[in-house]
Amino acid sequence: MAHMTYEESKKSAFKIIIILAIITIVEVLFALLGKGYLKEGIEFSPVIMGGVMIIMSVVKAYLIIFEFMHMKYEAPGLAKSVLLPTLLLVWGVIAFSWEGSDWFQRRNLIKTSNEQPVKDTKVGSVYDPYEIKNIG
Amino acid sequence: MATVETAAHSDTHKDTGGSWEGASQPFKASYGKLMMWYFLVSDAFTFAGFLIAYGALRFSMPTWPVPDFVFSTTPFNGHGLPLVFVTVMTFILLASSFTMVRAVQEGHEENKRGVVKWMIFTIIGGLMFLGCQAWEWNKLIGEEHMSITQNPFGTHTEAGVYLAGDGHYVNEGDTFKAGESYLVHKYDGEWAPLDYKVTEGSNAGMVKSQTLGPKAFGALFFFITGFHGFHVFSGVVIMLIVTINAATGLYSKRKNGYEMIEKVGLYWHFVDLVWVFVFLLFYLL
Repeated sequence: MAHMTYEESKKSAFKIIIILAIITIVEVLFALLGKGYLKEGIEFSPVIMGGVMIIMSVVKAYLIIFEFMHMKYEAPGLAKSVLLPTLLLVWGVIAFSWEGSDWFQRRNLIKTSNEQPVKDTKVGSVYDPYEIKNIG
Repeated sequence: MATVETAAHSDTHKDTGGSWEGASQPFKASYGKLMMWYFLVSDAFTFAGFLIAYGALRFSMPTWPVPDFVFSTTPFNGHGLPLVFVTVMTFILLASSFTMVRAVQEGHEENKRGVVKWMIFTIIGGLMFLGCQAWEWNKLIGEEHMSITQNPFGTHTEAGVYLAGDGHYVNEGDTFKAGESYLVHKYDGEWAPLDYKVTEGSNAGMVKSQTLGPKAFGALFFFITGFHGFHVFSGVVIMLIVTINAATGLYSKRKNGYEMIEKVGLYWHFVDLVWVFVFLLFYLL
């Protein structure tokens, strides 16, 4: 740690690892609680679960990158040239998870639409899918 | 790169040792440190590729093995302890990150014995993590018969009641709700899915059989944890080499605050960081 003395650096590293350990325990307990393993019947919505745990993991990532890996004390240009691509990657993972969920919803829509009874169609009506229009 | 011109030029300027042959260090960092950062960015792209595949596939499937059910065993016959073992693995890696930070700090003080001591602790942490991961893989592959093409962990989509037991944790007459997980057992090389009767919904009364879960789970789990484990292993090898070098006094001669330890430290923290996100995506969400 650049601007601290040796003793201060040792204390700071120890403090940060304790914070990381506590955040990990809270994350795991929250995950188990939200799915009903610690107390029967409790269930948190996936949005809250996902949101809270992603935020906690981002805090852990911040502490590891900025303190353990020293990014806080590096030149701003170095920090930006490393962090900006990494943030884009995080966006990529979130975007594709959303995409996967969208695929699931579309497949479900097709499946339920296929199970609908066919509408009563008359030949020549606007609902007849096989009507071939006579083009002049 | 170093023409006669720049050589003469640097004679008149004080070379700060590591000026990349020019006037000053880009980003005030040495060549090795900056390039280690950029290597880590490229490695992040590799892992992000895997995690993108994981995210897209997992959320597009109707069911996915519930991690609290799949990862609920511990050594010495522990069971019914969801996520306990992987949390222990996370703590081991976090502790090894702390010991690495201490090694770097001792390096800045040019304290050879301190560096070697804390690096040995870090190596032990890495080896313990690898041992835990090996135990986990052995459990999944050897006992539960999961592979990159077969995944015996499934999830029920309808409520029902079992018509037969498997002699372990499921008994005849046990009921389950939609969303509960199950493990299809394999005996003598043959899958033994249990029959059950659906008790609710449009299929009530039908007798169905357990099916294997989504194949992608096995492939994704082993590839991602395997890639990560490979990084931990190569990190341990690199740390061994660097520790031996430090013990022979190679880095004290360079008088650069044991910068090699710092660079290896960056790699090790990256490995820890990837685990934080793999832990989040695979085991917590």
